Formats: sequence, structure tokens, C-alpha cells
Amino acid sequence: MKARLDEQTIALRAAREFADGSVVNLGYGMPGLCADFIPEGRAVFFQSENGMLGYGNLASDAEKDYEMINASDQPVTPLPGMCFFDSAAAFDMIRGGHIDVVVLGAYQVSEKGDLANWGRPGRPATGMGGGMDLAAGAKKVIVTMLHTTKTGEPRIVKKCTYPLTAARCVTLVITDLAVIEVTGKGLVLKEIAPGWTVPEVQALTEARLIPASDLKEIEL
Amino acid sequence: MPVNKVFKSCDEAVAGIFDGATIMVGGFGSYGGLPINLIVALSRQGAKDLTVIANMGGVGFELSKRIKPGGYQDLGVLFEHGQVKKFIGSVPALGGMPPDSPLERMYNEGRVEIEVVPQGTLAERIRCGAGGLGGFYTPVGVGTVVAKGKEKKVIDGKEYILEMPLTADFALIKAHKADTLGNLVYRRTARCFNPVMATAAATTIVEVDDLVEVGQLDPEIVVTPHVYVHRIVEVKQ
Repeated sequence: MKARLDEQTIALRAAREFADGSVVNLGYGMPGLCADFIPEGRAVFFQSENGMLGYGNLASDAEKDYEMINASDQPVTPLPGMCFFDSAAAFDMIRGGHIDVVVLGAYQVSEKGDLANWGRPGRPATGMGGGMDLAAGAKKVIVTMLHTTKTGEPRIVKKCTYPLTAARCVTLVITDLAVIEVTGKGLVLKEIAPGWTVPEVQALTEARLIPASDLKEIEL
Repeated sequence: MPVNKVFKSCDEAVAGIFDGATIMVGGFGSYGGLPINLIVALSRQGAKDLTVIANMGGVGFELSKRIKPGGYQDLGVLFEHGQVKKFIGSVPALGGMPPDSPLERMYNEGRVEIEVVPQGTLAERIRCGAGGLGGFYTPVGVGTVVAKGKEKKVIDGKEYILEMPLTADFALIKAHKADTLGNLVYRRTARCFNPVMATAAATTIVEVDDLVEVGQLDPEIVVTPHVYVHRIVEVKQ
């Protein structure tokens, strides 16, 4: 078995997409790890849909305050300049186009950039939370996920078979094998994990990948 | 003289919640802004056939032990007690948890109905109900199961769906401080759905960490004006 990137490394790569001064929302699970990898010298304002902007890191046990949580129910630390607001204001901010980047997990992404990240077979009682609002409202939607399922099925597919979160919303997909850009022409393979070849990654991807002319190893 | 809104206990504050009532419950997830003392009082009070509008369905006491040693109570207690016939919210059950929450179990047994609503749409439907509006067009949910059966409209070339307002008979709210008139301020992320829901119910019941005299809250920082608040209970932390 060839080595794949671990979740920390995927999050590190995703965080490189945060421009200086940008407003970023991190989804449930792996995306939350991005908070620990902001590139040095960049200021990033994390927005959380339960009503805060500009929070810090995950809180240590001594710092934990359960009235200071991110949208994944994790206690976080305050930072100077942060602010609080209610849920309606949080989603005005999201739908109104004030979020530069959202990082979301996914079950599937299609070749057109459709996202499926909330419902799966056998679990009809789960919900989408703020995922649909974020996918529809953020300027840039980055998906971080494992390239295949536990049983080896591709997650990057021609057409999503799981319930959609939003159609044609994903701009960039970062997996344990590749960085893939969603373009009008299709999925462009921009970066590839160390030691992997294009045919090997394509074999684990249902949708067709277009290797970029400047294809390179994943840059960290 | 304004009416007395201050109640001595949560049990007294939830008296009169009737069978079949629609109830909004503030908060976000399993803690942080959840009016847990009012929820537990309602579970004791026993009203049934309730429609509950809340962001999340709660994990329930047994499942909560997997998150926190000893566990904790959340909205799950109302489902455990079989008091709810319908849930409206954005996360009935967490996909990352085992399918053992009281709501998910009841749903799988066909004992409760669920209406799943995107979180921002939920907040806005409540704001619409509170503000006397008849609904709104949103791009959220277009092309998904959420759009099923809803009126569609293209505005400036972009597709929207029509979402309808939500109101309630009662709202259970957690605030940080209230004055005896019912002006409310919140603390940190415990604000979340509370101020929105506080404005959308016929009877709004609030639990607060601190109750203060009129004049002791800076009017510049009041988030919920007292006109929306009907019953207040102080539960010291």
C-alpha cells in the first residue's frame, strides 16, 4: 500500500488557500483542523454559524467555556477584535456573500462540482445543518475528504448518488491523493500526492481527471 | 404597574404548556445556549403531542456519555419521554454519532415526524414569523430535496425557492441576564438561536443566570427588548 496524506496534512494544504485578511468558515470534522495551520504572517478571521467572527484556537481543558463553542460544539478561545451575533445575522453574512472561503467535508463531489455531504443511506434522520447555506453562499467552497470510501469506492464521481447539498458549488477538492480544481472544462488535476502517478489516481476516481500542464507534487 | 413576569421555579414557568403545542427551543447543539432547566421542567410537566422547533434534536443522556464522562441532559429528554410528535430543525441527528439518539430511534420506529430545514433557512423562517412576513425567496436548497414541492422563482437570472414563516405557542430561551421587565442580554455563543426564537412565540419563557433590577442593564447592549418576554426564571450557575 502506498502512503496517502493524513488528515492533518490535508488540512495544512487546505489552509494554504486562505488569503491574508480572509473570512473563513470551517465545517464539521476534518475541516476544523485547518484552524491550526494558518500560514505564518496571514490574518484569517474564522466565522462560525452559531454566531461569532474572529475566534482563536481550540481551547485547552483549563480554558474550556461551553458558551464559547464553534459550530462543531468544540470550545474555542476568544481573540481581540472578535464579535458575537445571533443565528439569523450569521446566515445573512453567509448568504449575503461575506464569507470568502468555506471548507466542508463531503461524501461525494461530482465532475460538475455538485456537493453531497449530509445524507447517506440508512441514516434518514440526519440533517444538513448550515451546509446548504454555506455551499450556496460562500465565495469559494473547498472540500477536504478522503479520495475513496473505506471500501475503496471513488468519492469523486460523474454524478452524485447521495443527496445533494448544493449543485455546482465546489471550487477545489483536496484529498489524501490529489488537489483537484473544478473548471468549466471538467476536473483539473493540479497536484498529486508524493509517489503517486496520474493513472493510479485516475483509477480511484470515477470522473475523468484532466492533468494540468503544470501538474506537480502536492505543495505544503 | 407592569405585570409580574418573574417566576420562582422552572416548573412554575412551564405550567400551562398544553398538549399539541408548538414550542421553539433556543440554543445550538447539545450545550451552550440550551435552556436546559426549562427543558427538564417540561419533561417533568409532561405535555405531549408537541411540535418542537430547534436547531438540533439532541443526543440524549445515554449517548451523551460517549462525549462527556457522566453524560448530560439535552433536548433528547423530550423524545425519550415520548412527548414530541414532530421535530422541525437542521440537525435532527448527527451523522457522525451512532444512530442511537432518542429522536433518531423514534423516527426509525415511525413514532415521530421530522421536517429537516437548512440552518439559515430555519433562522430566517422564524424571523419572518416574528416580523409578520408571509415568507421569503432563498437560493439555499435549490436543486436539492429541500426544494421539493416548493414554489420556484427566477429573480435577476438566479433561481430561488419560497420558504414559509414559522411561529410558536411557546419559546424556551436561555439568556445571560434579564431585568425584571424582561430585557435580555446574552453571553458569547450562547446567543445563537435564542434572540430569534424569543421574538416568534405567543409566550416566551426565559431562564437566566442573573436577574437584575430595572435600570441595571445598559440600554445600548440589550439584545432582546422586553416586549417579547413573558416569563423569567433565574437559575444561578
